[in-house]
Amino acid sequence: MGILNIVTYIPAIGALLLLFFRKDNPAAIRITATAVAIIDFIASLYLWMNFDSKAAGDAIWQFREKYEWIPSLHVSYDFGIDGIALLLIVLTTFMGIIAIVSSYSAIDHRQKEYYILLLLLQTGMIGTFCALDFFLFYLFWEIMLVPMYFIIGIWGGARKLYAAIKFFLYTLAGSVLMLLSILGLYFFNSDGIPFLNIPGLHNPPTFSVIHYHQIGHLIPPSLQFWLFLGFFFGFAIKVPMFPFHTWLPDAHVEAPTAGSIILAAVLLKMGTYGFVRFALPILPDGTKQLLPWVVGLAIIGIIYGALVSLVQKDMKKLVAYSSVSHLGFVMLGMFALNPMGLKGSVLQMINHGISTGALFLLVGFIYERRHTRLISEYGGLAKQMPMYAVLFLIAALSSMGLPALNGFIGEFTILVGAANRNLWWAVFASVGIVLGAAYLLWLYQRVFWGPLDNPKNRDVPDVNGREMALMFALVAVMIWIGVYPKPFFEPLEEPVNYIVKKVDPTYFDRNPLVYPAAQPEHVAEAK
Amino acid sequence: MNWNDLIFLLPEIIIATGASLMLIAPVTGIREAVSAKWAMLAVLAITAGSLIACSWAVTDLHQSKYFGRMFALDGFSIFFKLLFIGAIAVIVLLSDDYLQETRYSAWEYYSLVGFALCGMMFMASGVHLATIYIGLELLSLSSYILAGYFKNEQKSTEAAMKYFVLGAVSSAILLYGISLIYGVCGSLNLFDIARAMSTIVTNDALMFGIILLACGLCFKIAAVPFHVWTPDVYEGAPTPITAFLSTASKAAAFAIFARVFYTGLHDFHGSWNNVLATVSALSMIVGNLAAITQNSIKRMLAYSSIAHAGYALLGIIAVNEMGIRGVLIYTFVYVFANLGIWSIVLMMKRHEYAGEQVSDFEGLHSRAPFWAFAMFIFLLSLGGIPPTAGFIGKYFLFYAAVQAGFGWLAIIAVLMSAVSMFYYLRLVVAMYLRDGKAADVTTSGSLRFVAAVCLVVTIIFGVLPDRLVKQVDASAKRMHIQDAVMRNVAK
Repeated sequence: MGILNIVTYIPAIGALLLLFFRKDNPAAIRITATAVAIIDFIASLYLWMNFDSKAAGDAIWQFREKYEWIPSLHVSYDFGIDGIALLLIVLTTFMGIIAIVSSYSAIDHRQKEYYILLLLLQTGMIGTFCALDFFLFYLFWEIMLVPMYFIIGIWGGARKLYAAIKFFLYTLAGSVLMLLSILGLYFFNSDGIPFLNIPGLHNPPTFSVIHYHQIGHLIPPSLQFWLFLGFFFGFAIKVPMFPFHTWLPDAHVEAPTAGSIILAAVLLKMGTYGFVRFALPILPDGTKQLLPWVVGLAIIGIIYGALVSLVQKDMKKLVAYSSVSHLGFVMLGMFALNPMGLKGSVLQMINHGISTGALFLLVGFIYERRHTRLISEYGGLAKQMPMYAVLFLIAALSSMGLPALNGFIGEFTILVGAANRNLWWAVFASVGIVLGAAYLLWLYQRVFWGPLDNPKNRDVPDVNGREMALMFALVAVMIWIGVYPKPFFEPLEEPVNYIVKKVDPTYFDRNPLVYPAAQPEHVAEAK
Repeated sequence: MNWNDLIFLLPEIIIATGASLMLIAPVTGIREAVSAKWAMLAVLAITAGSLIACSWAVTDLHQSKYFGRMFALDGFSIFFKLLFIGAIAVIVLLSDDYLQETRYSAWEYYSLVGFALCGMMFMASGVHLATIYIGLELLSLSSYILAGYFKNEQKSTEAAMKYFVLGAVSSAILLYGISLIYGVCGSLNLFDIARAMSTIVTNDALMFGIILLACGLCFKIAAVPFHVWTPDVYEGAPTPITAFLSTASKAAAFAIFARVFYTGLHDFHGSWNNVLATVSALSMIVGNLAAITQNSIKRMLAYSSIAHAGYALLGIIAVNEMGIRGVLIYTFVYVFANLGIWSIVLMMKRHEYAGEQVSDFEGLHSRAPFWAFAMFIFLLSLGGIPPTAGFIGKYFLFYAAVQAGFGWLAIIAVLMSAVSMFYYLRLVVAMYLRDGKAADVTTSGSLRFVAAVCLVVTIIFGVLPDRLVKQVDASAKRMHIQDAVMRNVAK
């Protein structure tokens, strides 16, 4: 059993361990859950330390583990990660700790089940990032749904049942369509699809993702269109892209703080990760055929999300809608289909996880104290809670993309990538950035400045040590990425080049000067 | 007829004899000596043993057709027979407490169950429309009586009456279809029918016969538009009998459905599979949408079983190797997930018809956390969520449908299976997310045993389906390939 399996299953083993704890001893459960999460984080750091960022081409898949699993269905248990998955796994384990520690005081009933579900969820998420077999991927993808459904449904707010079911059904509807696309790929690889008159390749049947990366360009464009559409529904609902986003505000508003953090930081990335890992490299033609639509929806999402955020009365809902906007950026950068855009897109996934996770955390802090998230209930909090105000400001600035913080690096890279492709994309996206600054600063102004006129806010205590520790950890990462993003970009270089070569094989030939290092050998020799 | 063939009827002979003896037993001294439950389980064990012995005795499972090719003992029939025996054993265990509580005679009850099993076993082995029809009637007549077994309950009597009247009509339709097919093909043997069909290009009488046959069978599997009896009968029948009707009886109907349409009517699949595709689509849509609004568990599961009939039909419509495997695997996982659910339903307070509303499950997680979890897994399996066995079953069916060119049907199927999660989740919501007052949970040894076995099966074959798939492969492949070979020889 390799390190990748260890990282994946540590949380599940921890969850099994928790089963044997007594219900009436929440302290022990919390400490154990935290310890498990920390061990998992350390294990994932070990992955990062031993990751070879220079490995290029087909060698980008590292820590590979492959076993026979269901030979009669040609399914194997295939784990392996590239730099993109690596960063997302580290993000998952990091946010896992934050989520667990942030729940200490917020969750006051059925703690045992809560921490078990959080840990199971973590296994599901890491497994999804590791899986290199479609069947296995689908399995983890669906497994993730269940704990999140319960986390929203049991520990959520007033309309928790509605939100939980909506979350479950939306995602399920998308993922079954994705399953059909996976089947379509599988048929094409083996016997073909007779009713569409598409002959197959007659390869040995397999679900191996890497294999489909290699044969992707052989798929006829008409088939690519349909397959892409299936994947699109699966992933776009998860991202969520406009107009499939309506489950998100409900889920976020009703979920407990830790649920929102995990949802924003990791679960939404499943969708964008799916595009990067599967849809783009396997279906280059489908990508190009549907590109205008996807980019259109992404831009609408950026602006729509920001505009809707502007008018929200509920802080959590505001942050939720801002996610729609930010994920629009991620999609835009990705569909620029150049290394710059893709790199920015992946980095922005991480950034969004950190910044939005921090914002949800901060909203959670104040909600625990006042049990309301209505912006109108607040005002002048900066006088009462100075530390909180400072932390909130940093998180907000990071989210809106202030230089020297993480958001700026991601957004800037995306804008460069998008402008490379089409200047107008960057122009529209910039509007989103301006609006982003508007809704966050306006929120900040209404909550923290002005007179402290609501008497209920007079005796609210400032952040305590535990909360401060959580926020310091997040702020440290924000500044780190903002000032020195190299360690984050490094593992992304080769995977991004790999994807660009798959989705646009002539890209590096057309742009020899921009990316001399990534040129195919024959071009370099020709000079 | 060769008298030596009788040896291959041994399992059927044993169960028929056993069931007859069970009828006599109450008037002899046996009733004091052993309980009806153990007597029945012993008969089932002997039946299963003899079946396995028979399957060893058969040297070539491809060519084993007996009694003038009316009765086959092939991989397909052995698979289904073992499944039936297992399911009936579970039904017996489920019925035990129920019968003790309600004070109806257990011996007669088990004897009827035994006759039903005998009928199902003939259905699985029938390769002749007469064998199939007689098996089906034996099953149906036993089921009518069992549905009305609580003769003092108005609902039970009503259910039996409805079931009987509609069932009799559907049998007549089926029989008419069979007679038309006989008129055109000149034989009731499925292989002869297949041979005759290979020379017929088009024939309206034959087409009409096939449609009538399909209508009769669709009634038995409760597919739309022949489904209206299902909710009422499921609701009115004693709960263990509802479990029987929705699992074993349905599986038997699917066995003959697959046999008749794959072996006998294969060459005409271009004509009938579009009809069945419509039936399948309607079943999935109507069943799932109607289930959403039900508050009674029995009615909800009745509509869900209508929808599941629609899914399983995908495998028949596909007419390919994946399809027949899909039918087998799906039937298997569906039977176990469903029996698991019924065992949990029976754990709820059992007086009269209590414990059958969704609200009775509120807060179950705090009263019986393990059984709530088991119920959750069964529901996931019915919804087709990995890593439960239900996903593997659905996977095969969707695969078969896409492969056979029914892409649109597959899209309806996957979307409807997402819809189905909506009402399965209603139960989950009741169990886990509401803190209501759940009905009393009274578990007995046999109920716990059944639920645990079903849980293990549902999880094991979800995570490691390889064994099941290989087994089914062996059973289904033989049937499919061998029949194709026979047809080619005939041509």
